Amino acid sequence: MKNVFSKLTRRQMIQLAAAGIAAPAALALTGCSTTGRKGAGNVVVIGGGFGGSAAAKYLKRYNPELNVTLIEPNKEYITCPGSNWVIGGFHEMKQITHNYNAAKKNGINVMHETVASVDPDKQVIKLASGKTMAYDKLVVSPGIDFKWDVHAGVDENTEKFLPHAYKAGDQTLLLRDQLQSMRQGGTFAMVAPPNPFRCPPGPYERVGMVAHYLKQNNPTAKILILDQKNAFSKQGLFVEGWELNYGQMIEHVKLDDGGKLRSIDVKNKTIDADYGKVKADVINYIPPQKAGKLAVATGLTNESGYCPINQQTFESTIHKNIHVIGDACIAGPMPKSGHSATSQARSCAANIVLAMAGQEPISAKNVNTCYSLVTPDYAISVAAIYDFQDGKIVSVPGSGGVSPMGAAPDVRKMEAIYTQGWYNSIADEVWG
Amino acid sequence: MKNTKKPSLKKWMGVLLAGGMMASGIAQAEFDRGTMLANTCVGCHGINGISDGPAIPSIGGMSEQYFIDSMKEFRAGERPNTIMTRLAKAYTDQDIADMAKYFAKQKYVQVEQPHDPRAAQLGQRLHNSFCDRCHDAAGTNPEDDSGFLSGQMRAYLEYSLQDYMSGDREYKESRMKRELESMMNRHGDAGLQQLLDYYASGKE
Repeated sequence: MKNVFSKLTRRQMIQLAAAGIAAPAALALTGCSTTGRKGAGNVVVIGGGFGGSAAAKYLKRYNPELNVTLIEPNKEYITCPGSNWVIGGFHEMKQITHNYNAAKKNGINVMHETVASVDPDKQVIKLASGKTMAYDKLVVSPGIDFKWDVHAGVDENTEKFLPHAYKAGDQTLLLRDQLQSMRQGGTFAMVAPPNPFRCPPGPYERVGMVAHYLKQNNPTAKILILDQKNAFSKQGLFVEGWELNYGQMIEHVKLDDGGKLRSIDVKNKTIDADYGKVKADVINYIPPQKAGKLAVATGLTNESGYCPINQQTFESTIHKNIHVIGDACIAGPMPKSGHSATSQARSCAANIVLAMAGQEPISAKNVNTCYSLVTPDYAISVAAIYDFQDGKIVSVPGSGGVSPMGAAPDVRKMEAIYTQGWYNSIADEVWG
Repeated sequence: MKNTKKPSLKKWMGVLLAGGMMASGIAQAEFDRGTMLANTCVGCHGINGISDGPAIPSIGGMSEQYFIDSMKEFRAGERPNTIMTRLAKAYTDQDIADMAKYFAKQKYVQVEQPHDPRAAQLGQRLHNSFCDRCHDAAGTNPEDDSGFLSGQMRAYLEYSLQDYMSGDREYKESRMKRELESMMNRHGDAGLQQLLDYYASGKE
């Protein structure tokens, strides 16, 4: 092996050198600017999740002369994809934790700061530290925020006692710990959010992961889902998988069958729903959602709580030169997912580079692939390819869709292997 | 095109190479249809088409013909797969041709994977006896118009061979059926694993 790699390293060195020497010439060829390095333009990306990190990377990749700044308060990013596996007890936090070292190596100016405000007219960002930054183009990828005012009995402090675990990190560990210390035969109750929300299959993958843990450690326990909607993503496949793997452990109550939440008594861990009063041992209340705080504060949202955009370029239809990607934007039928956000980042970055070069926007297909585990060895998926037609993102007819019902165990196992592969590849694309 | 690197280096290399390519006079290629369409592949198949998933193949540097054949077979449901059969239906013949061009221009990066060096040596002999005639340079030469072997994801290769042997995937060349069956008859599963060890070693 040594021989192989010493040979290769030499090859790499030559290519690196060639790329490095040649890079300054890219400017004229891409037509992005006619002035020097400083004139290439300042693009700022706010938010270091899937969307923001990928946008910064692709901006730099498509035009190495751009000054690309990524503002993200945290030094590490913990992904929601994979966090349910941590709750299920068979995956480690470090496997879903990423940093910004590669972004820095790629020439992105990474600032671990908090944005205080954005002035869309002056095109200036004010940081909590007092610094200000001007931008030519801004990409906002703030993810979601929770609506704490929809249900009685809950507020911002509720998450300390009833973890939503819908932003990964301490919340993930809190829910895992509560699950692990649940009494034998206890009840794990989930309040699943109304549409639209981050990761439509997320709550239901989590249910399987909780069931996986309970089956081994607390087999007489029950899982109750009080759903704030009447149908959910991959429903038939999830229910088939639950019955096959966990028997009668899981009960799902849809909105119209009694799922509708009236209030939660946080202190006594009691849920009041149309279904009746439920005293639970662990409550996973996933609140209704809206676009992240910064999007709301900058006035990028409409009455839906999310951000309307030009679905080709992802530029806000409210504020020029601000592009919104990921969970916060309204991207037609694309679900709010890490894969959607990454796909949008690629399309958005290309269109920003083109716009800064005075060129016409490009229509790009977008993609979402979403794997969910039912057990560590049993997964199901939904996938779609999206086109841009008549000013809108549309799903390409006749393509995509969900895994087949009633498939053989080796098919489910194969999808579980692909689940991990998908995670590795996309995490590497975004943070590697 | 083909290259070999440690997995840890390959990604930012790719980014720099992209910069280099722009500089070398194909800047507009970054925004042609093929590039933008190929962006729908890289979430799973890795940036520049070099995979990080054990059962997901690397497609960067793949021959145009093999890419086109593969996508059309998935689209028609002729080649089995849990997800590609659904995704491939979204692409026209032109889309597929454009993406094929894009990936053919990328570098094939062999991924170093865990392997038994002794088994790999035996596997090399098996490769030379049964596979080499059609898969040049340990299956790293795209001009063969076939899938990559050495440095390709091991689990992917294993599942692919199983698909052939179970009859789920049709052999394109009757010769491959003869050679594979002959190897299995003489060397069995142990031989198959040795072959996979050889490919996982990244040697040529």
